[in-house]
Amino acid sequence: MQFYLPIAEVSVNAFLILGLGGLVGVLSGMFGVGGGFLITPLLFVAGIPPPVAVATAASQIVASSFSALLAHLQRRNVDIPMGLVLLAGGLLGSGLGIVVFNMLKAMGQVDLLIKLCYVVFLGVIGGLMLQESLRALRRAKSGAPPVRRRHTWVHALPFKVKFRVSGLYISVIPPLLVGAFVGLLAAIMGVGGGFILVPAMIYLLGMPTKVVIGTSLFQIIFVTAFTTLLHATTNYTVDIVLAALLIVGGVIGAQIGARIGVKMRAESLRILLSGLVLAVCLQLALDLVIRPAELYSAERGAPP
Amino acid sequence: MIARLAILLLLILILPTRPAYAETIVLGLSESEVGITATFDGSDILVFGAVKREAPIPEGEPLDIIIAVTGPLTPVTVRKKARRFGIWVNTEAARISSAPSFYAVATTRPLDQMLRDTDDLRHSITIPRAIRSIGNEVEDTAAFTEALIRIRAEEGLYSLLEGAVELTDQTLFRTRISLPANLIEGRYDARIYLAREGHVIDTYEAPIIVRKIGLERWLFNLAQSQPFLYGLLTISLAIVLGWAASFAFQSFRR
Repeated sequence: MQFYLPIAEVSVNAFLILGLGGLVGVLSGMFGVGGGFLITPLLFVAGIPPPVAVATAASQIVASSFSALLAHLQRRNVDIPMGLVLLAGGLLGSGLGIVVFNMLKAMGQVDLLIKLCYVVFLGVIGGLMLQESLRALRRAKSGAPPVRRRHTWVHALPFKVKFRVSGLYISVIPPLLVGAFVGLLAAIMGVGGGFILVPAMIYLLGMPTKVVIGTSLFQIIFVTAFTTLLHATTNYTVDIVLAALLIVGGVIGAQIGARIGVKMRAESLRILLSGLVLAVCLQLALDLVIRPAELYSAERGAPP
Repeated sequence: MIARLAILLLLILILPTRPAYAETIVLGLSESEVGITATFDGSDILVFGAVKREAPIPEGEPLDIIIAVTGPLTPVTVRKKARRFGIWVNTEAARISSAPSFYAVATTRPLDQMLRDTDDLRHSITIPRAIRSIGNEVEDTAAFTEALIRIRAEEGLYSLLEGAVELTDQTLFRTRISLPANLIEGRYDARIYLAREGHVIDTYEAPIIVRKIGLERWLFNLAQSQPFLYGLLTISLAIVLGWAASFAFQSFRR
């Protein structure tokens, strides 16, 4: 069944988009990530114009993150004060990201920036995650307890605040910066930034792992909702029909994914996820390096 | 059909006779309005009509018909990629001030056999002429214009359908123009050219209005005129569906 998307002005197969949403939903249910880093490149491949894909992917992340946050709130795994500090930074970063995005769009480099961001971040995160989970797997086999550093340079900064749920007494500067950085990426890449926020909270801020996922979801919902709103008001590129199709596919997929995830070991899950991240990264990197079949591209402007 | 024939007859009666040429066009269109609905997947437009003449059919080369459908004109930015620091990036760009978003030409015979260059130049019929005649703000756009034609032809937006017009007894003609699914709204023009011995002897123009209708219209207008409200609507949709999924999931587990 074909659907004509009112904003993207292309006709798409509804089942293809539902399927894409569902596939990413399965992965996000399995791994606990928003899936934005997968859905945006997949939408490019499906023929959705990149600005629309980026803006609309943000609204899909709102849905899947909200669904997951409800479960975490019930288990009291959300540090709301910490979430608010991250959020303050996130909104700043998101606003800045939209400005950068529009500037580059005018220069014709937005596709390049999005792809470069993807290659760099997916490469770094995928590589680190693979290395870390391989080490964890080896450690689990040898039976040695995991080592955690509690005090880093982060704890020496001013403006300290108590975060009760996380059991932390740290400066607000690092969470603000982390939040701003994630907000910036959310606006440019159309992702929630969970894949950066989660490691940053564990390794940089030293938050306990069980609180990290819920708190990152809390922040991601607001940042992606804000990004959606900014894209809608400045670029008019949010396609609500596309969003609805993605969301329906995504939330159903997430349920299936969560069931698969429960049956697998945490380490093997992380190795699989890092493999996936690296595969997407490699594909995008090859596109940049290999000579394209068509050197020219045409972009339709607004009618006079 | 009867109503259509009646209109046709009426047109024949009221059309002023043109003294310079003995042959003129009477046109019909299957649709003068195309609505883009939520399930729009392209549309076929039937363009048909008749040639009206006062004298017997002239001898010599047969009559030829050219039917061109042009979409709304928009500015286009064409960018060229080049290798910089080992990766392919957009480097040069040319802005074509206006190019048709859709252009299809259907003819009775191969164009080079039936149309002289001077007439093509005057009426801008072939694809490169039709594109070039309009936007020429930037110098040295030849390569960029060619690229635009190539890209749009690949997407099915520009097409040349030689031999697609059926002409019966040098009087009745018809052709079918497919409008693709990735259509934009606006005023499309169907133009008919009558050609004899390489010269265009008569032209006729009729508009086809393409617009989003129903839900598509409403959503598009909302996104343009109330972007803040539209953004909130999208977010609420996401929140409601996310909540519904979590709720359904929990009751499913119990």
